[in-house]
Amino acid sequence: MSRRHIDLLLSVLPAWLVPLGLLGGIEIAMRITAIQSDGLALPSQVAAALLAAIADGEIFLRTAETIGAIAVGVPIGGILGLLLGVWLGLSPRAAQLASLPVELFRPIPPVAIIPLMMLIYGLGIRMEAAIIAFACFWPMLLLTRDAVLGVEPRLIEVARMLGLSRRKQITKIAFPAAIPRIFTAVRLTLGIALIVAVTTEIAANPIGLGYAIISAGLSLRPEVMYAFLIWLAILGWLLNAGLIALHHRLFGAAYGEVAA
Amino acid sequence: MSHINARLAPVAKARIEPAIAFDAVRLDFGAKRIVDGLSFSVAPGEFACVVGPSGCGKTTLLRLVTGLLAPSQGEVRRLGVPVAGPSRDVAIVFQDYGRALLPWRTATGNIALALEAIGTPRRERAERIAALLDKVGLSGHGDKYPAQLSGGMQQRVQIARCLAQGPRILLMDEPFGALDALTRQVLQDEIAGLVRESGATALFVTHDLDEAIYLGDRVFALEANPGRLAEVIDVGLPRPRDQLQTREHPEFLRLRHVLFNHVQKTH
Repeated sequence: MSRRHIDLLLSVLPAWLVPLGLLGGIEIAMRITAIQSDGLALPSQVAAALLAAIADGEIFLRTAETIGAIAVGVPIGGILGLLLGVWLGLSPRAAQLASLPVELFRPIPPVAIIPLMMLIYGLGIRMEAAIIAFACFWPMLLLTRDAVLGVEPRLIEVARMLGLSRRKQITKIAFPAAIPRIFTAVRLTLGIALIVAVTTEIAANPIGLGYAIISAGLSLRPEVMYAFLIWLAILGWLLNAGLIALHHRLFGAAYGEVAA
Repeated sequence: MSHINARLAPVAKARIEPAIAFDAVRLDFGAKRIVDGLSFSVAPGEFACVVGPSGCGKTTLLRLVTGLLAPSQGEVRRLGVPVAGPSRDVAIVFQDYGRALLPWRTATGNIALALEAIGTPRRERAERIAALLDKVGLSGHGDKYPAQLSGGMQQRVQIARCLAQGPRILLMDEPFGALDALTRQVLQDEIAGLVRESGATALFVTHDLDEAIYLGDRVFALEANPGRLAEVIDVGLPRPRDQLQTREHPEFLRLRHVLFNHVQKTH
C-alpha cells in the first residue's frame, strides 16, 4: 500500500469505527446475555447470511428486479412530470387550469393504487414500474414548476433586451437556470422511488428486495432480513453519494457547491 | 452669408433626431404616479447623467427607454422612433451584476450570449470576444465563471456583453453602486473611454452627484413624488477627465454646489 492509500484509509476509517464498534458490542452483549427473540439475530449470523446471499447470487437477482422497476418507472414519471412542470412554470394560464387536478390527485398515496395496477398489469415489473412512475410524477412536476418559476427575473430581462425569441429565452436562459434545482428534484425523486418500490414488493409484488425481506420475515429468518436491510442501506447510500458526486461534477464550478 | 445660415439652420437641425426624447411622459402604477410631465432629450453621442433622491423614478426612466415599460401618457422616442419594445440598439448595464450574468456560463460564454442574439457567425465570435475582453481589461479571465470573479470584474463582463451587441444607446443603472471606491473610480474612467470610443449615446443613472458631474456632458436632476425634471446643468469640464484634476477644478466644485443645494431643497 502506498502512502496515499494509507492516508485515504485513515481518513475513511473513523467514520466506520462507530458502526463497526456498535456491531461488535451487540455481538458480545447478545452472546453474554444469551438473549432469544424471533426479531433478533447475531451480527455474525447476519454477516454470514449476507455473504451467502452474495455467494448464491440471490441478492443480485433481487437487486436487479428492484432497480429494474425503478429504471423503468422513474424515467416515465420523471420525464412526464418534468415536461408538465416546465409548462406550468412558463404558462400562468396552464398553471391555473392544472391547479385543481394536481391538488386532487397529488395526495393519493402511491401505494393506494397497488390494487388498481394489479388489475391492469397483474403482478410483476410493469405493475411496480407504473406505481413508481405515479409516485415520481408529482414531486417532479411540482419541483420543476417551482424551479422554472424561481428563475432570476433579471436574467429574463437580459434575454428580452437582447431580443431573444420566446423559444431561445427558454432554451438559453430559463432551462439552464433551472437545471441545478431540477437535478435536486431528480435526487429526491429517486429516494421516493426506492421507498415505493420496496413497499410495493412487501405489500403485493413477489419480486425484488422488498419480497426478499418479507419472505425472510415470514419464514422466521431474521438474519436474512437484516442482511437485506443492510444491503438496502448501502444501496441507498451509494445512490445518493453517486448523485451528489455527479452534481458537483456537472455544476460545481459554475453554480457553487451543493449541500449533501 | 448670415441669412443663408439662418435659413439652413432649422432644416439641418430637424434632420438630427435626438437619440432619446421624452415628450410629456407620465407613468402610473395603479393609483401611484411614478413620473409626471417628463420632457427632455439627449443628443446622439451625448453622455447624460440622471441624479435624484430615491423614489424619483430614475430606474423607471431607464426602463421606459428600454421599452420593458410603456408610459401611461406621452411618448418616448429612440432615434426619432416611438419606443415599441426592447431593441438590440439599446443595451442596459444593471447594478446587480451578480444577478444579470448567467452563472452557468463563463465570462466568454456570457459575452457570447449577446453575439448569439445578434446572429454573429460562430467562427467570428471567438475573435470578437477576445477583443471585448481585452477592451474591458479581462484578458486571461475568459474561462472563469462569474462566481470566480470579483465584483468589479463581473461588472466588466456585463459591460462587455452590452458592448458586444453594438448598441447605439447605452443605459446604465447605478452600475458602480455596489463597488468599492477605488474600483468605482477605475471603472468610471474605463466606461467614459469605452462610450466615447463606441460613439454610443449614454444615459447614466446614479445617486452620486460627483460621479454624475465627473462623467456627464449634462446632468438631469429629478425630484420625487412624482418624479419630475427639476434642473438640467451643462458640464463644461474638459475631456478626457482626470480623477484628481477634474475633481479639483473650480467648475467641478461650482457644479457640485449647485446640484447639492438643489438636492437638499427637494429632499
